[in-house]
Amino acid sequence: MNKNKELKVSAIKNGTVIDHIPAQQLFKVISILGLDKIQNQITFGTNLESGQLGHKAIIKVSEKFFEDNEINKIALVAPRAKLNIIRDYEVVEKREVQIPDILVGIVKCVNPKCITNNEEITTRFMVEDKSNVTLKCHYCEKITTSEHFMILK
Amino acid sequence: MKNMSLVSITDFSREEILHILKLAAKFEANPNQKLLDGKVVGCLFFEPSTRTRLSFETAINRLGGRVIGFSDSSSSSATKGETLKDTIKMVSNYADLIVMRHPLEGSARYAAEQSRVPVINAGDGANQHPTQTLLDLYSIQKTQGKLNDLAIAMVGDLKYGRTVHSLLMAMSHFQPMFYFVAPDELRLPDEYKRFMKKAHIAFHEYRDLNEVINYTDILYMTRVQKERFADPMEYEKVKNAYVLRNEMLSQSRNNLRILHPLPRVNEIHTDVDVNEKAYYFQQAENGVYARMAIIAHILGLA
Repeated sequence: MNKNKELKVSAIKNGTVIDHIPAQQLFKVISILGLDKIQNQITFGTNLESGQLGHKAIIKVSEKFFEDNEINKIALVAPRAKLNIIRDYEVVEKREVQIPDILVGIVKCVNPKCITNNEEITTRFMVEDKSNVTLKCHYCEKITTSEHFMILK
Repeated sequence: MKNMSLVSITDFSREEILHILKLAAKFEANPNQKLLDGKVVGCLFFEPSTRTRLSFETAINRLGGRVIGFSDSSSSSATKGETLKDTIKMVSNYADLIVMRHPLEGSARYAAEQSRVPVINAGDGANQHPTQTLLDLYSIQKTQGKLNDLAIAMVGDLKYGRTVHSLLMAMSHFQPMFYFVAPDELRLPDEYKRFMKKAHIAFHEYRDLNEVINYTDILYMTRVQKERFADPMEYEKVKNAYVLRNEMLSQSRNNLRILHPLPRVNEIHTDVDVNEKAYYFQQAENGVYARMAIIAHILGLA
């Protein structure tokens, strides 16, 4: 792990560091995880240099440990995000995000004639292709591809 | 009970499809069987579809059931702004089965999730119309004596035509050979070609109807709509290539039958109607038997 980069945003005692977020997706990640609505201490940095991503963002959430199904929601916008679980200033666990098989309530269906765009219904998609993320609507059966992702919330 | 809804043709396995076709033949042999005696069916047509509604209501009546419902949304509480969910919650308290036609795609799946009783999808926008597919299969089996190893030509609007897509998916259980005939603007979408390649189903694409007529067992005609073309000149250029006339059938196979989901406009010339190979009106009649079979199967009555 590259300590210098980590230290550009102040260290936390206990909590979760979400690293390798594409810089332009930072605020989507914040919104998907609902970080704008919780009381925990949060620090984030963006437009940090990254070999892999060009510019990356990083979020540190104090005293917060995510469940898999919670954190995997961000895989859509930040498929290469890495999690560092911090306890007493030490990284005790590293995790990667994985695109779930079923996505509930995150993405809007691309089809304007879909019932989910016309009535208050939680969207639901089967993930047909994880590498080239392709979603099939559980209701209208139309395909939504990554260039059309509109994140709800 | 709830999971017995029929929303999409892919909800039924090959065995279930064959079971329904067998039942349909029994109902055709003996159409008045009062299996629905004492039962109420809610027929909710949020958009008008006279043919489908009459076919369902005939099937229900022949089975001895009673029908409640409406034939277009202007006579339902949807015009007052009631949600689909609330309408379904209410009707599923009254009826033993719901038959629903709705202009929005995915509405049938959603209704099935909200309903206490089974839901039969009678068309949800451009998405699915599984009872049409089953009556198409019944017509194919009845006229050819089998479903396996048939040559099937689908003609016209293969891009937007939901009956084409559903029939293609259903026939994939039976090793067909497909010929797809369409203008460039209305060719079959790639997702279906990928599906067939994966399932090792042979298919060929053509622009001219005459190229396939003599080599096919089933000619499945659909309407080429002018509105589908960005450039009206393109429509004028191609429209005659997709009109079937009686003289074009002179060299066709003896067992060839012409199907059409109806309504037809001009894609089958009326001079074809007298040809014994024209089957579209009997096909519509088969719809009643297929729907009787579907209802009986879904309610666990046969």
